[in-house]
Amino acid sequence: MHDVTYLRPTDLKDAVRLYRSTPECRPLAGGTDLMVMLHAGTFRPAPRAVLDVWSIPELKGVRRTQGMLEIGAAESYTGMIRSRDAHEHAPALVAAARTIGAAQIQNRGTLGGNLANASPAGDTLPVLLAYDAVVVTDRRAIPIDQFFTGYRRTALQPDELIVAVRIPLGRHVAFRKVGTRAAQAISKVVMAVSRSPARVAIGSVAEVPLRAARAEAALARNDAAGAVGAVADDIRPINDVRSTAAYRRAVTQNVLRELLHAPPRP
Amino acid sequence: MTVRFTLNGVPVSIESSGSRRLLDVLREDLGKTGTKEGCGEGECGACSVLIDGEVVDSCLVAVGQVEGRNVLTVEGLAAPNGELSRLQQAFIEHGAAQCGICTPGMLLAAHVLLQRATQPTGDQVREALAGNLCRCTGYTKIIEAVLSCTT
Ligand SMILES: Cc1cc2nc3c(=O)[nH]c(=O)nc-3n(C[C@H](O)[C@H](O)[C@H](O)COP(=O)(O)OP(=O)(O)OC[C@H]3O[C@@H](n4cnc5c(N)ncnc54)[C@H](O)[C@@H]3O)c2cc1C
Ligand code: FES
Ligand code: FES
Repeated sequence: MHDVTYLRPTDLKDAVRLYRSTPECRPLAGGTDLMVMLHAGTFRPAPRAVLDVWSIPELKGVRRTQGMLEIGAAESYTGMIRSRDAHEHAPALVAAARTIGAAQIQNRGTLGGNLANASPAGDTLPVLLAYDAVVVTDRRAIPIDQFFTGYRRTALQPDELIVAVRIPLGRHVAFRKVGTRAAQAISKVVMAVSRSPARVAIGSVAEVPLRAARAEAALARNDAAGAVGAVADDIRPINDVRSTAAYRRAVTQNVLRELLHAPPRP
Repeated sequence: MTVRFTLNGVPVSIESSGSRRLLDVLREDLGKTGTKEGCGEGECGACSVLIDGEVVDSCLVAVGQVEGRNVLTVEGLAAPNGELSRLQQAFIEHGAAQCGICTPGMLLAAHVLLQRATQPTGDQVREALAGNLCRCTGYTKIIEAVLSCTT
């Protein structure tokens, strides 16, 4: 990877110009996904250049703007955990940030990286879905429910930079992650739920982080037990090294039951 | 490119591709072999260093990203005359190192904790060290060593 050119833009304008004019270039934020793949030569297509967005002032910080909470795409999980505004207006996002890796990963990992990486197990992604977050890029605002287009595919254009994520104020979202241990664990099931509006968003149960349509319809009728029943048909879990599909279905239902305080199965 | 940063309090300037791992530059170009490579994937914490006082895995940092920043490696924990820090001394006294591969990263992660919390609980120590794996000691002695440094 020594022949990968490193580019350090000074501000957002400079970053956008460089990204658009440099072929085969990838943004580099905290590097917690990208650096491993670059070093192992597993990032496809192999980038010839990286654009360091970590220190771009416009991509940092957590702030309130236009009735939304805005989180810079290159703000670290630690930055979110330490932000008073994030605690007040997006506590479920803070809860998700606390479960990501350990200190070393929380100090570097970013929302922009989690979004662009688009792993079905990305822990912040169901939370952003449940909040109806908006992904703000250098050219437009993408509603989060239109962002994930397939397995590790996003609506981003090849030279499109994520600038920030906006979360509407006043939502109540509950979060739960089931993994193998407290730190450094990839999720088996990760879920974020809002009662009003009815949102049931789940990760690690399909090729994309998804909204569970049937469960949401039941929840909109205030039928929590119905939602728990329906969610099994909303998800498309697989057997893999971490779990079986049947286990993921059962855990998904249990987690939803718990988050909705629905009565246990008769 | 030229990358300038402060390493253990001393300004350094190196010529390198900015996309190389900080880990490799520390070990190969700057002779700071106290920083270890375990997994190379951000899982083990053996390569932990502090950047501006925050613990990070140097295998995940491109060296261009430390331009103008303060980097602390395990070599910077002891006093300039070589006298070990209280935490380092405690690791020796508690038998908290066996093969020693994890030790530099453990020391740096624990150092951050002790700077922020003078009376951390066992749980806080475990949380602070959750990103640092040890294959030898079983962690108990490491946690005891850190707890012995509370004031
Ligand atoms: C040990 C370990 C544990 C982990 N644990 C978890 C976990 O528990 N949960 C979890 O969800 N993830 C986990 N991860 C994955 C990773 O930390 C997260 O996905 C993180 O949010 C990635 O952010 P980053 O800034 O490091 O991304 P990078 O590695 O810098 O980039 C990742 C991808 O996003 C692109 N990108 C970055 N910023 C932008 C931008 N602004 N615009 C457009 N594209 C961009 C990059 O080009 C690259 O393709 C873990 C990783 C490791 C190594
Ligand atoms: S070598 Fe960097 S975390 Fe293991
Ligand atoms: S002492 Fe050998 S890995 Fe910790």
